[in-house]
Amino acid sequence: MLKIETKHDSNFTTLHLIGEVDASNSVELDEHISGLVDSGVQKILVDGSALEYISSAGLGVFMSYIEDFQEKNISLVIFGLNERVYQVFRILGLDQLIQIKSDKEEALRV
Amino acid sequence: MIMKHELKLYCDTTRLADLRKFLNNILQNTSLTDIEQHQVTLAVDEVCANLIIHSHGCNAREFINVEVEKENGILKIEIVDRGEGFNIIEYKEPEISHVKATKRKGGLGIILVKRIMDKIEFEKIGTQNTCRLFKNLKSK
Repeated sequence: MLKIETKHDSNFTTLHLIGEVDASNSVELDEHISGLVDSGVQKILVDGSALEYISSAGLGVFMSYIEDFQEKNISLVIFGLNERVYQVFRILGLDQLIQIKSDKEEALRV
Repeated sequence: MIMKHELKLYCDTTRLADLRKFLNNILQNTSLTDIEQHQVTLAVDEVCANLIIHSHGCNAREFINVEVEKENGILKIEIVDRGEGFNIIEYKEPEISHVKATKRKGGLGIILVKRIMDKIEFEKIGTQNTCRLFKNLKSK
């Protein structure tokens, strides 16, 4: 089960991922990010503190936007990942391609 | 002591959550750390998701058999399906940089499987395909 909550602040938007992202629901994550890109948001924070699991389907969604974000000058920062989920990003070296911070304060400083 | 656990997984991606629950229950009784258990579960999820989507076209009437066995300090997960099959050994996974540049959303799963597991085997006999994933268990 995956639940995604979107919260708009004055200069950033937060996507709160709750539950598990896998091949059955990664399209939901994709649609949320795509919607934010289309709406012209410049800074996206992904709150991963309640993310229990992510498989390659979800990781691939983040990967697929890296170049778009660079072209459109959008920053995306993930924060709050638990150690198990963070290690999955690390296995693929995605911690080098995507900004990952420990908490919201650090994420906002990016 | 040999312990065997089996799951019949129907080819519907929403069933992957059941697969993970099945694996979590077994793996928590091994010497694998919390992080290793999570990663082995992920590797099996990746192989099965790949088969469900690409070999079985998400046809929920078809199924995959998953069998988990612990023997002599080795955890063996056997994933058996019938059909075209996917030879994970021969598959040449893409470079991460290529995945990023082409914005393709696939290809990462097999990289994860190969980096997480200690040994991988693939065997095709007639229409039956068997993928075996191995993880060495530390002695307690």
